Amino acid sequence: MPDAGYLFAAAGVAAAVTWALRALPFAALNALRSSAIVRDLSARTPAGVMVILLCYCLRDLPVTHPARLLAPLVALAVTVAVHLWRRSALLSIVGGTVVYVVLVNAVHLR
Amino acid sequence: MGTVAAAVADASVIPVQAPASAPGRRADIAAALRDSASVGLGLVPLGLAFGVVATHAGLPWWCAVLFTSLIYAGSLEFLLVPLVVAAVPLATVALTAFLVNVRHVFYSLSFPLHRVNGRLAKAYSTFAMTDEAYALSTADSARDWPGRRIVWLQVLLQLYWVLGATVGALLSTLIPGGLNGLDFAMTALFTVLALDALRDRRGDLPTPVLAVLSALIARWLFPGQFLLAAFVVFTAGLMVRRLVAGVAARGSADA
Repeated sequence: MPDAGYLFAAAGVAAAVTWALRALPFAALNALRSSAIVRDLSARTPAGVMVILLCYCLRDLPVTHPARLLAPLVALAVTVAVHLWRRSALLSIVGGTVVYVVLVNAVHLR
Repeated sequence: MGTVAAAVADASVIPVQAPASAPGRRADIAAALRDSASVGLGLVPLGLAFGVVATHAGLPWWCAVLFTSLIYAGSLEFLLVPLVVAAVPLATVALTAFLVNVRHVFYSLSFPLHRVNGRLAKAYSTFAMTDEAYALSTADSARDWPGRRIVWLQVLLQLYWVLGATVGALLSTLIPGGLNGLDFAMTALFTVLALDALRDRRGDLPTPVLAVLSALIARWLFPGQFLLAAFVVFTAGLMVRRLVAGVAARGSADA
């Protein structure tokens, strides 16, 4: 287990990078706004990054063990269905997670 | 894109707010409480899940408090848990933070920071410019919010997140063994964020297709550097697509 010094350093590094990404662009706003490439990327990147991060979460799906695929796929389907139905992030996340937790704990589908 | 530029230009003509009086401050806090209710109610259970996941992974309970108050980027915090448990080099932490949060660079194009007054308030407002804060304060209904109402909203959102994570972390130290599977909250979070982002890009099928292809390429060719590889391939793909579209447009203009 990592020691406290490492945990503080890791949190500090992550915080510094995150804040820099959030704050520094405001200093270069005019240059950013006038760049057609930046505007094009800014329109397309958010959706693309979210899809990539979702794929990242699913990267270790046990594709060779169909029985163990059931819990994540059912929970994923519930999340998507609830979100398309009610458009409430809270309901979709809690709903999908509860289904997954119940499946892996009570039904032992992990 | 023209509409975004127009909205930004339009927002910049809103006059600077007068300094807050005491009743004005109470009104701003009350308004921020209402504004934060919908999204905020989502941050509490998600924060609880984060606290449980972090503690369950073997991190000390205070690490959940440290991450949520200092980093304050939920998706990155979830991703960092397995990385710091494996004690990866700090350079990998920095790279992951960059990849996961580089989207925030684009938020500056429309986030109404020009309405927030004061050095400290501006600093905090950029620090706390999460997806949720950005989404709420750039919505149509937020066009006339004063800067103070935006900053109070951000304070409340972070409060929900930190409190949720702290309670989750403490609870899971009380219940050893705990619940398996709460880490699915991260998958569900990205599912929801992806669906919402895709809804904003309705009709732009190439973007999600390119993203999935990039992820598959990264998964099979560079499994150890999944995020970096996927993001580089995706960005390169967008650039190539732009170039091709530009050549095609010039070609048809010449003809």
